[in-house]
Amino acid sequence: MNVPTMAEMTAQGKQPEILFWVGCAGSFDDRAKKITKAFVKILNKAGVEFAVLGTEESCTGDPAKRAGNEFLFQMQAMTNIEVLNGYEIKKIVTACPHCFNTLKNEYPQLGGNYEVLHHTELIETLLNDGRLSIEGGKYKGQKITFHDPCYLGRANDIYEAPRSLIEKLEAELVEMKRCKSDGLCCGAGGAQMFKEPEKGTKDINVERTEEAIKTKSKIIATGCPFCNTMMTDGVKATNKEDDIKVLDIAELIANTEDL
Amino acid sequence: MNYIDNIAFAIILFLGVGFFVKNFQKLIRNIKLGKDINRKDNSSARWKNMAKIALGQSKMVKRPIAGILHIIVYLGFIIINIEVIEIIIDGLFGTHRVLSFLGSFYSFLIGSFEILAFLVLVSVSIFWIRRMVLKIPRFWNKEMKGFPKNDALYILYFEMVLMSLFLIMNATDVPFQQNDIGNPISQFLVPLFEGFNASTLFIVERTAWWLHITGILIFLNYLYYSKHLHILLAFPNTYFANLNPKGQFTNLESVTNEVKMMLDPTIDPFAAQPEGAADEIPEKFGASDVQDLNWVQLLNAYTCTECGRCTAACPANITGKELSPRAIMMKTRDRLEEVGENINKNGKFVDDGKQLLNDYIKPEELWACTSCNACVEECPVNIDPLAIILDMRRYLVMEQSAAPQELNLMMTNVENNGAPWQYNQMDRLNWKDEK
Ligand code: SF4
Ligand code: SF4
Repeated sequence: MNVPTMAEMTAQGKQPEILFWVGCAGSFDDRAKKITKAFVKILNKAGVEFAVLGTEESCTGDPAKRAGNEFLFQMQAMTNIEVLNGYEIKKIVTACPHCFNTLKNEYPQLGGNYEVLHHTELIETLLNDGRLSIEGGKYKGQKITFHDPCYLGRANDIYEAPRSLIEKLEAELVEMKRCKSDGLCCGAGGAQMFKEPEKGTKDINVERTEEAIKTKSKIIATGCPFCNTMMTDGVKATNKEDDIKVLDIAELIANTEDL
Repeated sequence: MNYIDNIAFAIILFLGVGFFVKNFQKLIRNIKLGKDINRKDNSSARWKNMAKIALGQSKMVKRPIAGILHIIVYLGFIIINIEVIEIIIDGLFGTHRVLSFLGSFYSFLIGSFEILAFLVLVSVSIFWIRRMVLKIPRFWNKEMKGFPKNDALYILYFEMVLMSLFLIMNATDVPFQQNDIGNPISQFLVPLFEGFNASTLFIVERTAWWLHITGILIFLNYLYYSKHLHILLAFPNTYFANLNPKGQFTNLESVTNEVKMMLDPTIDPFAAQPEGAADEIPEKFGASDVQDLNWVQLLNAYTCTECGRCTAACPANITGKELSPRAIMMKTRDRLEEVGENINKNGKFVDDGKQLLNDYIKPEELWACTSCNACVEECPVNIDPLAIILDMRRYLVMEQSAAPQELNLMMTNVENNGAPWQYNQMDRLNWKDEK
């Protein structure tokens, strides 16, 4: 797999078109790594000159900030900004809405100013610019529902990019009752991913998965590695894992193109 | 001539408005207990928000039934109160329907008021049915017991009585009915008073008139204690609301300075402190009481309509967790009121051994939040419960190191490995070569 690092590129005196910020989940989580690879395949197919930071990348600080640890967040942010500015990065793409939000909204005030894209936005542009095309009809006519990640949707008002990609697959997009700005959280945000839920009557991911199941879609699409984990667990909890798949939009595109 | 009426009216008016102004000054003082935050930028976007969301109620109609009914009540409330201008002039100068010289325009005005009053009556009745008969769940969460529940009902009854009085007042005004114009609703009430002689009718009309205006003044003064403050505060609240993307949380400047010092190798941490710096009280991180919040957050607390749209959309609340964003706002207001009372009594705030954290809002509530912003999105008057939750988490974590154990583990990992899990940063690119 062709994944150049910034260090290698700089050594060759090259500057990539865009930096791919992989994120912690995308780097370490077994499920999320598949999303990372699917996205890299798309980038390679479209001939995008990208690079990653590799071992120079570190947590954006999102979970620390939402947990209330502003110190740790700003330490992480300033360290990352030093690396990014050192490489004169202008444009960043990431498949994680949490990294996306933090890099885009919370880094500028600390000296990190970049154009930041969510991977669904970049893929949409690649398609519109004709650098990428979708031919395989693997999902044609299939029902797919889309779960809005909070940090992509409500947090940054991006609702259409992922949906337009599902439409490009010629799949039938079936909305859940709570969608777009009314979308229900998967339960992972605000550092909940890293702790047991507080005492309650139900798990949030189960509530959300049941809603997705009601659409009768066999595929739950999302655009966030944490939502992916939560929804996958929800599907398991409702004993539907043989029936229903949880896939990232990047995986849908890569699959339909047999990448 | 007998001036007793006019003098009595002037006194009632003076007291009614005077008390209101006094309470309102207290309210402003309480809001100013909050920390400073700059919300004066981008005034054109702010005016637009206010026009759209407060005046135009654009977020109300997301729930169309409640939204449209609310617009009727709101329009009715504002427009019918134009009539108060005439009532005040009549009351002070002993005139009767002083504006009737406007002729057919006057009839048109009063006629529209009557129709609106009728629509308001209908809407308010439907509101009552939604609350008390259909028992829409968001009106019955556990924070809606006692005063908050009754508060909502009192207001509905108030509206019903005020609107009825207005219509009765018109129905029993004999010359007005004889004119038979501008009375599209009240004419149907006239039969109710059939058989009353002229002087009884006059007494009924006068009584309705007096009760109507006294009722309005009582209502005005009730506002301060009620969730109905929103009819005034929705305007500043939407004006000063956050304009940044909802996902963008504030970066604490006090932290930035310290982090810069820590990361800057040229600064000697052991160097002598500059003169006076040692006496400075280090800034408290996060919020444990209302004075640690900023004034917009306190304004939010007073503006909350207790409608529960936030709580109905909150994933934590939906799944039975202790957290309710509406309760966060109500508790903040309760504590702020308590602090305000304390100041009224003692001249300045005297420590009462209580605070917002623990005595009102429990850590369990704060730790249930997923920071999903559903509450912020839903709020029809742009209140931000999440901002308060985050500030209180900051206090728990940075001042008290009181995060849940698993979160401490996560943060240690971020600090040591640059990832929330226990993986080595040097393995970050291993995925590239894995099958
Ligand atoms: S941000 Fe927190 S309080 Fe608001 S709806 Fe989401 S989980 Fe509930
Ligand atoms: S915060 Fe907003 S949505 Fe929630 S109860 Fe108050 S007014 Fe309603």
